[in-house]
Amino acid sequence: MIPFDFEYYKPSSVHMAVELFQLLQNQGKKPVYYAGGTEIITWARTNSIQPGAVINLNSIPECSVMGIQKDKLVIGACVTLSALSEANPFPLLSQTAQGVADQTARNKITLGGNICGKIYYREAVLPLLLANSRMIIAGIHGIREVSIHQVFLQQLRLENGEFLVQTFTDQYYLSLPFVHYKKRQIGNVGYPLVTVAALKQDNQIHTAYSGVCSFPFRSIEIDQVLNSSSIPLAARIEQAISKLPGSIIHNTEGSAPYRKFVLKQTMADTIHILERR
Amino acid sequence: MSSYNSALYPVEMEINSEVQTIRIRAADILLYTLRDKFGLTGSKSGCDNGDCGSCTILVNRQPMKSCLMLTIEADGKQITTIEGLMNSQVQNIFAQHQAFQCGYCTPGFIMNCEGLRNVHPIADEETIRVWLESNICRCTSYEEIHHAVKDIFTPK
Ligand SMILES: Cc1cc2nc3c(=O)[nH]c(=O)nc-3n(C[C@H](O)[C@H](O)[C@H](O)COP(=O)(O)OP(=O)(O)OC[C@H]3O[C@@H](n4cnc5c(N)ncnc54)[C@H](O)[C@@H]3O)c2cc1C
Ligand code: FES
Ligand code: FES
Repeated sequence: MIPFDFEYYKPSSVHMAVELFQLLQNQGKKPVYYAGGTEIITWARTNSIQPGAVINLNSIPECSVMGIQKDKLVIGACVTLSALSEANPFPLLSQTAQGVADQTARNKITLGGNICGKIYYREAVLPLLLANSRMIIAGIHGIREVSIHQVFLQQLRLENGEFLVQTFTDQYYLSLPFVHYKKRQIGNVGYPLVTVAALKQDNQIHTAYSGVCSFPFRSIEIDQVLNSSSIPLAARIEQAISKLPGSIIHNTEGSAPYRKFVLKQTMADTIHILERR
Repeated sequence: MSSYNSALYPVEMEINSEVQTIRIRAADILLYTLRDKFGLTGSKSGCDNGDCGSCTILVNRQPMKSCLMLTIEADGKQITTIEGLMNSQVQNIFAQHQAFQCGYCTPGFIMNCEGLRNVHPIADEETIRVWLESNICRCTSYEEIHHAVKDIFTPK
């Protein structure tokens, strides 16, 4: 049971949603945008968050689209991870999404919810970082389109009252050679010890990581080192590890030294596979 | 404790082919509305956290964890619970294979299989494996459950 009450709204346009947010905030109701609701329900149930109002984004048409428009793959923020994998417009994204939670939960978890979530992993963002996707963000001043690299810095940096409407990805990236590895402590369901997603573009391997630090990331420095083919692979990996953008997570899924060991192996597997493609 | 609005919201949904209307708190969770307000106690609470699958129901023929859904989200939707699958083929095959021990997880497994049949009537081994990962059996009846599910998807 959720031990407090909140108000519930389901606007049918982007404009209505941002206006509602503003209004509810001015009334001191601490509104939150609601997509799949899996994280909001879980946290509200344990009283870790107490929103006074939730704004369900699922009736906004722009948030449910998925398809190619003018050489770009457009995915609405409320598209569920299972719908995304089933339609499979971007195989690396489908495979990464399929690694999140389990099939039934993915019927509810949305792309936007996963990217904007507060838990560390946010795995679905990795392919979008690799494909230099663009984010369509709505706020009280209108809609802005920005590179993912400008707004996703450890987490999606939204201004107060903004929400993610869609992601745009150039069609060019959808068919590049890729690998995706998700290494867990045990079994096929659960949070990652290490998730690596990688794309090969113009003979260069681009990598992105979740489960390693307390945020998902892509690092140009790590990619530069990993692509230095004149250096032996083991040395490249050692150098790459020294360039991690934060300390390695140490939690019940795995200790930091174990994660580091798994990361090294996974980097090696990634390079081996993609160097041959 | 903050509580902004204790208003009750009207919800109309079809549960096991019957239209039902109810007034609920926006914060009410569907699993508990089904159990406590409609007496449909076949859907079980195992973890309340989306991990175990014992609360699985069908929403518009697709499996959902009812512990991760607000009742208000079900407005206008078709809900099927285990009570709606009485004497169904999936239930009978689970019984024939004795695909349970204590039976606590069984409604969730049956609902998930029914949902799988709705979405993939001819599911292959890999699809079955991926879908069944959504449910946990504490009694480890996996062997028997696997046989039952294979039987369900074997053309007769
Ligand atoms: C059983 C289970 C297993 C899981 N396993 C994994 C896993 O292996 N890997 C992983 O990465 N994650 C995992 N998760 C986490 C899950 O992917 C995230 O919690 C995700 O946020 C849930 O998406 P949602 O659509 O339900 O989001 P919601 O609960 O609706 O929202 C989550 C947060 O994002 C905000 N938000 C949602 N949509 C938008 C938007 N469009 N614009 C702005 N803000 C928005 C909300 O305000 C809220 O703060 C798991 C979750 C569950 C329940
Ligand atoms: S009670 Fe819903 S998944 Fe466990
Ligand atoms: S039969 Fe007991 S939990 Fe599955």
